[in-house]
Amino acid sequence: MIGLGVAYALAGIVFAGIALFSALDRDNKKRWNNTAFWGLFALSFLAGGNLGDFANGLLVIALALVGGVAGLGVSRPATTTAEERAASAERLGGRLFAPILVIPAFALVGTLALKGLKVGSAPLVDPSQVTVISTALGVVAALALAFALFRPPLIAAPQEARRLMDSVGWAAILPQLLAALGAVFALAGVGTAVGKLMGLWLPMDSRLMVVVAFCLGMAVFAMIMGNAFAAFPVMTAGIGAPLIAAKFGGDPAVMGALGMLAGYCGTLMTPMAAHNIVPAALLELPSGAVIRAQAPTALLALAANTVLMYFLAFR
Amino acid sequence: MMSLLGIAVVVAGLVARRNPVLVVTLAAIVTGLAGGLDLVAVISAIGKGFNDARYISVAFLVLPVIGLCERAGLQGRARALVGGLRAVTVGRLFLAYLLVRQVSASLGLLSLGGQANMVRPLLAPMAEADDEARRGPPDPARRQLIRAHAAAVDNIGAFFGEDIFIALGSVLLITAVLRQNHLPVEPLRVALWAIPTAIVAFVVHAVRLLMLDARLAPRKEES
Repeated sequence: MIGLGVAYALAGIVFAGIALFSALDRDNKKRWNNTAFWGLFALSFLAGGNLGDFANGLLVIALALVGGVAGLGVSRPATTTAEERAASAERLGGRLFAPILVIPAFALVGTLALKGLKVGSAPLVDPSQVTVISTALGVVAALALAFALFRPPLIAAPQEARRLMDSVGWAAILPQLLAALGAVFALAGVGTAVGKLMGLWLPMDSRLMVVVAFCLGMAVFAMIMGNAFAAFPVMTAGIGAPLIAAKFGGDPAVMGALGMLAGYCGTLMTPMAAHNIVPAALLELPSGAVIRAQAPTALLALAANTVLMYFLAFR
Repeated sequence: MMSLLGIAVVVAGLVARRNPVLVVTLAAIVTGLAGGLDLVAVISAIGKGFNDARYISVAFLVLPVIGLCERAGLQGRARALVGGLRAVTVGRLFLAYLLVRQVSASLGLLSLGGQANMVRPLLAPMAEADDEARRGPPDPARRQLIRAHAAAVDNIGAFFGEDIFIALGSVLLITAVLRQNHLPVEPLRVALWAIPTAIVAFVVHAVRLLMLDARLAPRKEES
């Protein structure tokens, strides 16, 4: 069965290529930091499944020290000039879009077509990961097409990837790190502690109060944790399950769906979220610009979401 | 209660504007130790959590393709695509993208969009080209506003779309956590109840995008 391992191996090769060309980049004063960072990240993708939890943990700490303390340099790999790009765009025309469109096409067709395929009685592709695997295969096809159409030198692929990856920098590992923080929070019982604390400070004696506490808590926690996924188990264990569902008899499906959306509203407003850091890096924006564009929508959606939960959960 | 120390670390780190990667790692260690785990157990938990979440970073696989297309002049071509169209405005372009992004995400097709594979190479250059065709050479503040909104529309479409799809991470996580708390629910019901907020978010953001056009229009000089 083809599983996520294929996608991990491909990603590992890309990161390893970036590490290799970082090492060769004499113009980057911090080239060994970049080499170590992308090299460790590549190792995690190529061998993370075999390293064991403790070694993986040490790897994460090393990544955090290199990325967060020693710091990464921003590389400027040789690329084409504005004039060369204009001439190339003129020559290639609409064909320029082909590789980019191949990826979603593969994702779409692959998701629909590969799901039912079986070899003997076992599925050919892990059914729960079909979309990710189809996308990864789409990238391989797109890369082949890009080489066929544009005829760039071979090293252009890792070098261009490095140009983009270095603009993202340490933020690349933040989403996985936040997932790890969420896992530790669950082990340490942070959810029940938060619930107890809120019970001490806030009168949790009305439906309105618990709904507001749950929705605002989700938003604030998602802001602290950088994503709603890590906040949801904490707030559900602390407030959602014991109070909204058990004490006041609210519908858990409504509570879960709208609670997660309240968290998304928080994610849209936090500088901790990779969703806000990565585009700012890719679009050369100051750090708060994306958040400012999102915040009014997020606040209005959060307010509406809280009202909706109050009326829908206790039908 | 001591396990809450980790949250304090995150907040303090945010306020002091320390590197988030460092802050989060420190917060995880502090939380684990304060919660009664020994150091080896904490480091192992961090390693397992990080390793299990690798699927998130598979998204970076597209970067070599995007880079090669950019190298061959993709962004310029994307600009040329909308530069001459009268019916296209920045706000309407973003609105169309929001609709497609949210609907496709709600069908489980999250990888159709994205900051690296759609916003940077296509959406942002198109919007900038349209703005320049209408209002002349770019100024930095206007360009920043347009780019920030290009990023925002992708995030908002994805967030408020994916919650409606039953087989995506979001709904699966919700049902898994509820089950852990002895509250079994059908994934389909969770997905359905996300629809009202998704509609509100779409309408709110659509109105804001149409207002963006007015905001971008140059003020008439006072005479």
